[in-house]
Amino acid sequence: MNALTAKSDASTLLYMEDVTVSFDGFKAINQLNLYIEEGELRCIIGPNGAGKSTMMDIVTGKTRPDKGVVTFGGDIDLLALDEPEIATIGIGRKFQKPTVFEALTVFENLEVAVEGERSPGFNWRYGLSNLQKERIADVAEIIGLSDQLGAPAQILSHGQKQWLEIGMLLVQKPRLLLVDEPVAGMTHQEMDRTGELLVSLAGSHTVVVVEHDMDFVRSLDSRVTVLHQGSVLAEGSMTDIQANTEVKRVYLGE
Amino acid sequence: MMGTLLRGDRGGQVLLTVLAICAVVMPMCNLMLPVEHPWHVSTYQLNLFGKYLCYALLAMSVDLVWGYMGFLSLGHGAFFGLGGYAMGMYLMRQIGDRGVYGNPELPDFMVFLNWESLPWYWWGFDFFPVALIAVFLVPGLLAFIFGWLAFRSRVNGVYLSIISQAMTYALMLAFFRNEFGFGGNNGLTDFKDILGFPISAQGTRVALFVASAVAVIAGYLLCRSIVQSRAGRVVVAIRDAEDRARFLGYRVESYQLLVLVISAMLAGLAGALYVPQVGIINPGEFSPLNSIEIVIWVAIGGRATLYGAVLGALLVSFSKSWFTAVLPDYWIFALGALFVLSTLLLPAGVAGITRRRVTST
Repeated sequence: MNALTAKSDASTLLYMEDVTVSFDGFKAINQLNLYIEEGELRCIIGPNGAGKSTMMDIVTGKTRPDKGVVTFGGDIDLLALDEPEIATIGIGRKFQKPTVFEALTVFENLEVAVEGERSPGFNWRYGLSNLQKERIADVAEIIGLSDQLGAPAQILSHGQKQWLEIGMLLVQKPRLLLVDEPVAGMTHQEMDRTGELLVSLAGSHTVVVVEHDMDFVRSLDSRVTVLHQGSVLAEGSMTDIQANTEVKRVYLGE
Repeated sequence: MMGTLLRGDRGGQVLLTVLAICAVVMPMCNLMLPVEHPWHVSTYQLNLFGKYLCYALLAMSVDLVWGYMGFLSLGHGAFFGLGGYAMGMYLMRQIGDRGVYGNPELPDFMVFLNWESLPWYWWGFDFFPVALIAVFLVPGLLAFIFGWLAFRSRVNGVYLSIISQAMTYALMLAFFRNEFGFGGNNGLTDFKDILGFPISAQGTRVALFVASAVAVIAGYLLCRSIVQSRAGRVVVAIRDAEDRARFLGYRVESYQLLVLVISAMLAGLAGALYVPQVGIINPGEFSPLNSIEIVIWVAIGGRATLYGAVLGALLVSFSKSWFTAVLPDYWIFALGALFVLSTLLLPAGVAGITRRRVTST
């Protein structure tokens, strides 16, 4: 344990050590070690089935690992908490498939997501505080949906839905944002704007991006982790990663 | 208060206004106009309408869980039946020694079964307040236990529907048994008084009709207070993407539990108002077919509008009474056809005809 903890220090926000999970004998995650620093922007890439989504499922409490240690903010054991508890302590997740609440308006989507009391009794009796309203207005501005607050989410374009979902993450005020394939199905322009948004969020938030699109990952200019068969294959800058022969072999079959 | 609850709910505003007018004008037409007057409303008609208002309240309770929360309940007849039985027990106790056997201590069916004393679960039902509490508490408790087990285990979709149907079926079988202590096959009937008034008197009928209309209005406002609150938005969010709501930090099962319990209590109230108006409650109320019929009312009226459910229940019930008078054997086919046609032609129900596209409030 001493040798392991040496790798993490006080600024480590998310700490995953020796995590293994298998489904019907198949090891989706195999002795994974992953450390995310506070305020960092980190990209996670890897071929299909490398364990990227399973990794997110573990962090957000959807999947329980067979063994391993997962802590948040130094002392919170994530494996002892369930999904709502993990969300409440400050971990937000954007899904691969944009999942906004279709029947609700843009404003209502943000309203449901905004940081605050989560109990049914409270939300039955009380509306939004002024602070929450301001926060929603600010975020609507950031994601470029200020003019469409009253529109039902189902009429938004694909890219707009992706942004709305990022907006829902932002109003939630998480310390850690887990973003799964944020630019899937986006135009180049939309991709650029999304990239700028994610880069601007780093620092005040910790952002972990799972992405397939290599051009997009390169444009983020962040530290990159390559997953392969459930464990870390390589880690470093995008230039290092591209020069790495192991990565080439896995990706290009050389 | 009412203004904010009904803001943006055009259908609700119209519906509640019409209901309120009916609740005042129809009793007047019954009590004050002579029988031969063209505007006279007979006590029979009033009683029939009162009965259908109970159905409307029941349909609303189903719309709350199905339309807004996505739980297609095929067992709401159980909550309705339990509320009805609680009221029926009070009415049985009011009979006193006027039963066939003239026993002042025991209802007729218990004398018939040679029971020595009143079972403990009948204690207190001589008093109206106790019965009234039971009307809400018993269905609420069943809903709580059902929801606690189902929602915590994250049972949903068609499995949840089937379990709800099994629940009402099990209750039906239990209530059919004589030793269960609720009159078995025959149920509870031969009621004499309610709160000291003769149950079949004109004035009592009118009062029960008004009470039913008031209950529908109050129930509507209660449901609106939920669906137009932030909690209501969360409930819709849970319906559309349960996992997403969970990752936002919502304890999904507590929302589902709260809504189900409130819905069950409304259904219980509907049953309690229904029983004195029809004069009988028997285990047939727990039949799965009844629960399915409620779902058809809501589907025909239009889901997730509340007023659509009320409309659907009234529409189908009045067609039923007309149809069963003309072609009694074919009603079930007509109902099926109505359901199929409305699903094909009016996916948003009757309410969808008037309602424009989904807009925000």
